[in-house]
Amino acid sequence: MILMDIYDTASWWTLVIAAQVVIGSAYFLWTKKKREPEDKLTYKKFNEWKPLPLVEYDLKVDEPPLMGKIDENVLNVGATSFLNFDKEPQIMESAIASLHKYGVGSCGPRGFYGTIDVHLELEERLAKFLQVEETCVYSYGFSTMASAIPAYAKKGDIIFADEKVWFAIQKGIEASRSNVKYFKHNDMKDLERLLEEGVQKKELHPKRRAFIIVEAIYYNSGKMCPLRKVVELARRYKLRIMLDESLSIGVIGKNGRGLTEHLNVPRDEVDLIMGSLEHSFATIGGFCAGTHFIVEHQRLSGLGYCFSASLPPMLTQAAISALDILETKPVVIKELDEVSVKLNKALDNLKHYTYSGHELSPVKHVYLKDDISHNDKQSYLKKITKYCMEKGIAMTTAAYLVDQEVKCPEPSIRLASNRKLTNDNIKQICELLDEAYEKVGPK
Amino acid sequence: MLRCKECKPVELRLSHGLSHPGQRHTASSCPLYVHVIDGRSPAMAEATTSQKCKDENERFPMMDWSQYDTFPGSFEKCSLMTAALTHVGMYLLMFLGFVNQLLFKPKVATERNREGYAPLYNPFEQFFSRYVYRRVRHCFNRPISSTPGAELTLKERHTDDYNWSFRFTGTEKRCINLGSYNYLGFAEASGPCAEAAEAAARRYGLALASSRGELGSTALHDELERTTADFLGVEAAVVFGMGFATNALGLPGLLGGGALVLSDENNHASLILGLRLARVAVRVFRHNDVRHCERLARAALAEGRWTKVVIVVEGVYSMEGSVAPLAALVALKKRLGLYLYLDEAHSVGAMGPRGRGVTDHCGVSPRDVDVLMGTFTKSFGAAGGYIAGSRRLVEWVRGRCHAHGYAHAMSPPVAAQVLAAMRAISSPVGLQRVARLRDNTHHFRRRLREMGAITFGHEDSPVVPMLVYTFSKMAATVERLTERGLATVGVGYPATPLNKARIRFCLSAAHSRAQIDRCLDSIEAVVQEVGLRYSRR
Ligand SMILES: Cc1ncc(COP(=O)(O)O)c(C=O)c1O
Repeated sequence: MILMDIYDTASWWTLVIAAQVVIGSAYFLWTKKKREPEDKLTYKKFNEWKPLPLVEYDLKVDEPPLMGKIDENVLNVGATSFLNFDKEPQIMESAIASLHKYGVGSCGPRGFYGTIDVHLELEERLAKFLQVEETCVYSYGFSTMASAIPAYAKKGDIIFADEKVWFAIQKGIEASRSNVKYFKHNDMKDLERLLEEGVQKKELHPKRRAFIIVEAIYYNSGKMCPLRKVVELARRYKLRIMLDESLSIGVIGKNGRGLTEHLNVPRDEVDLIMGSLEHSFATIGGFCAGTHFIVEHQRLSGLGYCFSASLPPMLTQAAISALDILETKPVVIKELDEVSVKLNKALDNLKHYTYSGHELSPVKHVYLKDDISHNDKQSYLKKITKYCMEKGIAMTTAAYLVDQEVKCPEPSIRLASNRKLTNDNIKQICELLDEAYEKVGPK
Repeated sequence: MLRCKECKPVELRLSHGLSHPGQRHTASSCPLYVHVIDGRSPAMAEATTSQKCKDENERFPMMDWSQYDTFPGSFEKCSLMTAALTHVGMYLLMFLGFVNQLLFKPKVATERNREGYAPLYNPFEQFFSRYVYRRVRHCFNRPISSTPGAELTLKERHTDDYNWSFRFTGTEKRCINLGSYNYLGFAEASGPCAEAAEAAARRYGLALASSRGELGSTALHDELERTTADFLGVEAAVVFGMGFATNALGLPGLLGGGALVLSDENNHASLILGLRLARVAVRVFRHNDVRHCERLARAALAEGRWTKVVIVVEGVYSMEGSVAPLAALVALKKRLGLYLYLDEAHSVGAMGPRGRGVTDHCGVSPRDVDVLMGTFTKSFGAAGGYIAGSRRLVEWVRGRCHAHGYAHAMSPPVAAQVLAAMRAISSPVGLQRVARLRDNTHHFRRRLREMGAITFGHEDSPVVPMLVYTFSKMAATVERLTERGLATVGVGYPATPLNKARIRFCLSAAHSRAQIDRCLDSIEAVVQEVGLRYSRR
């Protein structure tokens, strides 16, 4: 047995040494012996060289509205601070106390004196809150997914992902250079079909690392992931699961622990939980959670973790204080969920729109019913949001880079539910949407 | 010819020594700081005039580099003996690790309930992190519990099991901080910057919970963008919440199919990731080697299949302490019709007599650099990054780059800190900081050289790498310096080549001369003790 082990390990080991020797000597010879390659740039060639301008054409970007504080002068149903934590004085005061202790920036990546005690505290608290062994904190929500995925998935691996995962996940997948197969949005039959097909085609086998990437609540549609089914399929076909809980943490589950709590899925079934602190926590940053074995790896190979300055301490402190509130007053979660459900009921009665979004989802996408082109829809929706803004309700069309998305979602207005929305507010929102359609919508 | 309105035209000689006449003459020592390259690039004019009278198939002449400062930085080589010993040492370390792995079960967590799955990690990576990296693990990720200012408070850790795990001893140690990127000393817990940050937090909240393209823009962001553009001397700028993401998400929007990128071999991970996501062809040139860059560019033009060729470089390289030969690169790009993307993460604020970055330092007009990118994490003591340039470019970046629409807006207090710091740099007091940083740097580098240690890079760069070559010496040096109350950073593989481990000192304007001298005395003792007098100059 041990001989086998030695043989196994020794074989790659000798290979490494042999390769080093070969590469080393080749490099030596190459640098010494290499003659300058012939330079073929002639006047003729140089005259033919007509570089395109760096910026190929003028682009006009709509000026986004200038906001004050979230909700200043307007009712803001576009910002994703679902729990209204941006207005908790407790959070603000603790953040400012932290500012006066640590200053603003951390002036270094985690490896090089950028690990401040508040980071460790937040990691510990998050781990306790999520009931996992370990978490690690990133300094930006987007970079969390975009770095965590390529830390595990490499060239030659295979990833099965939902076609409507949000952009950061798409970029993470792209950065990993793995082979990727997108299944139909939230369609477990399609996932099963792809997996089965993978096995048939020998693309999926126990020697090849394979992952499923899903979002708990999809940012691009508001739908909820049928996690139990995903887990079942993952165990059957031996895939590891990465779950993005950005919109579900602090939102669903009795204690706000997210989808695993809501659906009662054992935490161990999900290999890696990723999330952003920029939504319900109302600060900046992101985190990854899982077992020690999984998460520790990112501290050496998460690009955005190793090569970027750590999260400013005051924003870290804000996340800790947000956790304090979540842990001591879980009622805020219930309040939010009630509003989300009510919002769905109200949206059902919209005259000119359809919408999508699970009743517990804190984001709802409102679509135009009209059968017009993508661009037209986008511009009408822009007009509608502008109209609503003038009337005192800030909402936003979901911003997509149409040609960069794997499968660009339909243009929509992304509404964010908020625990402080009253029944009147909800009524007002829906009425205003219909009114705006009649005023500026497609006739 | 590089000339200054005050000084006479100077001849720039290439020199590999540390005393570099050209280097010393450029911007930093010029009293008026008004170095400009004469009007249009003379090389271009020369090329076009001579073109008419020459045969089409004749070779297009190479750049005449003698006119430019092409000094790539000082990279003294160690003796063959040191190199050989370093290699042997590394193999020995690996061999011991290998034996260790065979005999003892590693004290690490393993994966549960995933029998029959493909292993999650590459075995070599795992071996390396367990048996090589682990030995020096205590030098990294050290937690602090204070502002990363001129001094910091280290939370002491202890290991009972050879670095497999740590526990806090509960004690703290005050150390002089030579590890943080706090170049201008704006990492302050009180004072105008902190007050501005507090006011902004109260005014706008801690975060906007929305992206800039949606509902995350405030007047503060607008103001920051305008101020940044003015500060850099360009038309417009756009800011993002994270420096890493500025590159990783900005490059894909900026470059696309048909472009070729010439990238410096020591470019930062974020640039490499951005280029990968942009799906462009990349060719790598030797570090700071403009001649190699020119050869690659000429080859690309001769191929005739690229729509544009973009050079991507950094201002100050964080691991090498070298400064990009910007004047030479600008001349090259003008002559051949290339574009230049400059990442000023470590140089903006810290370099140049007015702290405007390497353009200021090298006497290049910022408008000659097509894309200026930089971060606010370092000199400004905040977080985030910017892309600046022509209005057209910035508008394009807003519309096409990923961060504007998808990533959340910069936190208001952070933006306010940047604004306050940027304004401070433009004031006389701020200029004093810039000057103090330069003095500290010169003094520090000179003393290290006198000690006989090998340092890399340029005289003016506030990042000072001191070569120790082996992992074990790196750990020994960091440990000993900590004992003497000096917090420094050791860097080894994979951030540097396997046999080029180094100690990196980052100087700051916050350090007083007395502090620097205390550091230098400690360093001298350690250099003596560990045996780091590698220099043969
Ligand atoms: C050259 C370069 N670019 C970008 C970055 C990333 O900046 P940030 O730490 O703000 O994410 C760094 C930081 O280490 C850097 O050195």
